[in-house]
Amino acid sequence: MRFDKDLVAASATPLVLGILAEGESYGYAILKRVTELSGGRMQWTDGMLYPLLHRLERLGLVVATWGTSEAGRRRKHYALTPAGHEALAERRQQWAVVADVLQQVWRSAQDAAQAPTGRPAVAEGWA
Amino acid sequence: MGAGDAQAGEHPGLDAQIDQWRSYVQRRRAVSTADVDEMTDHLRGQVADLTAAGLDDDEAFLVAVRRMGNLDAVSREFAREHSERLWKQLVLVPDGPAEESGPAWRELAVVLAFAVGAGIAVKVALAAFDTDAVLLRNVPLMTAPFLAGYFVWKRRVPWRAVAALGVPYALLAVVLNVYPYVETGSTLMLAVLHAPVVLWALVGVAYVGGRWRAEEPRMDFARFTGELVVYVTLLALGGGVLIGLTAATLGLVGVDIEPALESWILPFAVPGAVVVGAWLVEAKQDVVENIAPVLTRVFTPLTTLMLLVTLVVLLTAGDLAAADRDLLILMDAILVLVLCLLLYSVSARDSLARPGWFDGLQLFLVAAALAVDAVALTAMLTRIAEFGLSPNKVAALGLNLLLLVHLARSGWLLLGFLRDRRPFGALVRWQTRFLPVYAVWAAVVVVAFGPVFGFA
Repeated sequence: MRFDKDLVAASATPLVLGILAEGESYGYAILKRVTELSGGRMQWTDGMLYPLLHRLERLGLVVATWGTSEAGRRRKHYALTPAGHEALAERRQQWAVVADVLQQVWRSAQDAAQAPTGRPAVAEGWA
Repeated sequence: MGAGDAQAGEHPGLDAQIDQWRSYVQRRRAVSTADVDEMTDHLRGQVADLTAAGLDDDEAFLVAVRRMGNLDAVSREFAREHSERLWKQLVLVPDGPAEESGPAWRELAVVLAFAVGAGIAVKVALAAFDTDAVLLRNVPLMTAPFLAGYFVWKRRVPWRAVAALGVPYALLAVVLNVYPYVETGSTLMLAVLHAPVVLWALVGVAYVGGRWRAEEPRMDFARFTGELVVYVTLLALGGGVLIGLTAATLGLVGVDIEPALESWILPFAVPGAVVVGAWLVEAKQDVVENIAPVLTRVFTPLTTLMLLVTLVVLLTAGDLAAADRDLLILMDAILVLVLCLLLYSVSARDSLARPGWFDGLQLFLVAAALAVDAVALTAMLTRIAEFGLSPNKVAALGLNLLLLVHLARSGWLLLGFLRDRRPFGALVRWQTRFLPVYAVWAAVVVVAFGPVFGFA
């Protein structure tokens, strides 16, 4: 499924913060987790994750440390900071509101569609 | 084929592809080496998973690269996050694990040791030699080994080459200090002026790691010299501001720093700035754009204009034979300037690029310089015919002839290049081939002029 760029950008931060709240992780593992959680429906442009992680690092929401992978490669690990936990909680509340509002809108749109004069739902491509 | 970890060494084809991809990504300025490492780890992880799922190396690599996304877009994102990287790229001492920053710290320590050593040498010279004439002869002699020493250390110059450098150095030191110069004579002044050129050539031999016969590295040394001049100038400006502010502040409370300035600050700061400048130029080599060629772009048209004005003035001035004897020295200065403009443009030009308008402008500059020099030289030769030779005139004339030959041949080769008759490489080779001639000439002035002109 293709996602609108802005939607990806908006959801990426809470998603990454949320995944890091599960424990320290690194780039490729974060992406794998996103794929796993979305059942493969969400596919990011892999490269874009790194500028995002660096932005979170600059904002002090995550800290990065260099380590080594099992194969002996240099690997950068990211972990959530207390500020990151706070930011995540805040984002979570905001997204809960957005999700709740969207739910209601979908429902009323569906109701309208089921009414005799209704047209087919317009917002299907999004969900 | 297929399954298994994509560990380095097991899949040479894949390793080569990944290396290629890395260098492709690394060319983007906003993406640092650490970022490339991070993304490489990602790429290898992805490839390993895909090969485990049954793809072969090539397929897995293609899919992984594709998933990484459009690199232009990714590097734009990096640039937005790290806009500073588009500006400052010079990392003198990288932070990070000790094995990475260790050598850089060690180099800094060595550089500082050489810088302080050069300062101590100047201080010793100041204490040991009481007259200016002896001092001027020996300060370059005593500081050059520290700069050369840095390159000997940095390039791991073999000891035999160092010993070979020591012989001409010792000869120079003996000549400068044993010749019975007349204290106020011009041969002494000429020796003082020309000895640094010889010393600089010796530093150059250390710079190219002792490979003085090879022609290509000479251009690197020319580049290095230009950048060093720019850096030392900047350091001097900064140091001047600093000293000025300190002096003004301390002056308010009645402390005069001038004695300290003369006896301590300048003897250490000036040679120190040269050594530290050399280190900065070495460190920034691949990272920051060379500034000397940039300056040539600005000054080539301006200098051409200046030369045309000079030419018109000289031609309409009437009898040049009566002109001041400094004319020849000024002409040398102008030709040196033109030569530097040419040399630094050549050093930065892509040899394979087609002839462009700037090459035409450069030819025009060289032609104008030669025309001005022809006028001045005619005047000087009539003057010499009238009044005879002096050491100063011979030295200036000799340098003038060298510059003339250098520029005339450069102009000829440039013309050939503009007419598509010769490759640009011919011009580059001519520059590198001719540069040592100046050192030889300077050595001749130092060694032979004294005896020939009776040390007058």
